[in-house]
Amino acid sequence: MTVSDPSQRHQRREHGLMLALVSPALLVILLLIVLPVGWLAWQSIYHDGFTLENYRRVFTEDIYWRSFALTFEISLAVTVIALLLGYPVAYLANSVPKGWSILILSLVVLPFWTSVLVRAYAWLALLQRTGVINQLLRYLDVISEPLALVHNTFGTVVATVHILLPFMVLPLYATMQKIPGDLMQAGASLGASPSLTFFRVFLPLSLPGVLAGCTMVFVLCLGFYITPELLGGGRTVMVSMLVSRNVELYNQFGAASAVAVVLLLSVFAIFFVVSRFISLDRVLGQK
Amino acid sequence: MTRTSPARIALYVISALVLVYLILPVLIIAPISFSSARFLTFPPPSFSLRWYQQYFANPAWMQATRVTLTVALFTVLIATPCGVAAAYAISQSKLRIMQVIHMALLLPLVVPVIITAVGIFFVYAKVGLVATMPGLVLANVMLGLPYVVISVLAGLQSFDPAQEMVARSLGMNRLRSFFAVTLPQIKSSVVAGGIFAFISAMDETIVALFISGGQYQPLTKRMFTALRDEIDPTIAAISTLMTAASFMLVLLASTRQRKSG
Repeated sequence: MTVSDPSQRHQRREHGLMLALVSPALLVILLLIVLPVGWLAWQSIYHDGFTLENYRRVFTEDIYWRSFALTFEISLAVTVIALLLGYPVAYLANSVPKGWSILILSLVVLPFWTSVLVRAYAWLALLQRTGVINQLLRYLDVISEPLALVHNTFGTVVATVHILLPFMVLPLYATMQKIPGDLMQAGASLGASPSLTFFRVFLPLSLPGVLAGCTMVFVLCLGFYITPELLGGGRTVMVSMLVSRNVELYNQFGAASAVAVVLLLSVFAIFFVVSRFISLDRVLGQK
Repeated sequence: MTRTSPARIALYVISALVLVYLILPVLIIAPISFSSARFLTFPPPSFSLRWYQQYFANPAWMQATRVTLTVALFTVLIATPCGVAAAYAISQSKLRIMQVIHMALLLPLVVPVIITAVGIFFVYAKVGLVATMPGLVLANVMLGLPYVVISVLAGLQSFDPAQEMVARSLGMNRLRSFFAVTLPQIKSSVVAGGIFAFISAMDETIVALFISGGQYQPLTKRMFTALRDEIDPTIAAISTLMTAASFMLVLLASTRQRKSG
């Protein structure tokens, strides 16, 4: 093992070059996400000496507990609704001729490229007391008083599902694409009814896609900020809002950091558990 | 399974309703923006460009638009070469640590943006980057990097590195062989990655809420503040323009991607 061995020297140079190429991007990531998150973690336990006071507050004070519970409830509801709405669309896209499936998927992805802020505005315009839906319902004499569709949890869920639905449909569709069509035909030729082949063959084979989609939707929903802030009417205080209020309104940097750390650990824990069952590329590769 | 089975019809109906739910909010903005009414009325009473006039005549909105476009442009100019170099190294190198680096570069997609935003705010406060242009650009470079890396890695997957070897064995140096042989073949995925980084910077709101201020506030921050107070149809006009810009860029990216497969 001498340095002068030409092939080894070549390899060392190759390694050096590759590390040099990756370093600008890595530097940006280290300085702008690893360092800031590390800073939060440090700030959550250090304030003129080590302290766990911030975590004690997060885990014992009512307002924090309620917010975490509400965030998990909303995320769960959003995930279930997104699955129920997304599965049929992915199934249809998978079972129609290519031209149609491209059209369906384009319609699914289209809103994805509209700003979250723009869509929050659109939902305000649709759902508010003088909004499009209330005016339509009153015009049709279905209601006499406008319904409270927004500035509450309902409005938040409707708009959040709308934003996260593509993250459900795309992994579902990708998984369904890999299920051989022959399997369904084989089931049918053996005399099974279409619904039986669906529940016994197709559905179980699509479960990895279900898990990938549900993970992404649930995790993204845990950290949602703009939608609950604009559509929740101040009553739906999700964890992200707890973080921002502690920073912007109350100057409680330590508490904000502790909340952020708990939220981040929840996200990583979910990814860790899911990675035991399916490859994380499957969850993340769908942007 | 015959096409007329009740289950099949139910599938069509449910899917159609879900697609309407997905598209309706995107489409509802445009008619509001062209309405003459101060408050939302449906259907809009008459056609008017007053909200567009109000947008273009307002110096604050114009300044915010300049900030957004400048930030997005610089984000693309920095994130694209960094992302391409990183994706190239990740795909070519046999070093084990590249796996870890690959995951690290995808962190901005995994960490909730509110956490990133607050963290960056604290770091910027220490080094004096709050309410500055470089601070805004750097944060958006970080958020846009994963799009470039994912897009270029996908492009490199169908590229045969042996081709570059041939060019080098014929006497080209590494850099020239990359620009002459590799880059032309992955050009479309590079352009697509850059476009996605541009859209990401244009739409970014949460980090901007925390770290931008003074004259360096992007459109999204001003829109957010305006939306909190009241629903001003000027925002519908801006939203329509932003959506049109996004769709045109996505169309550009996807046609480029299809052209060279």
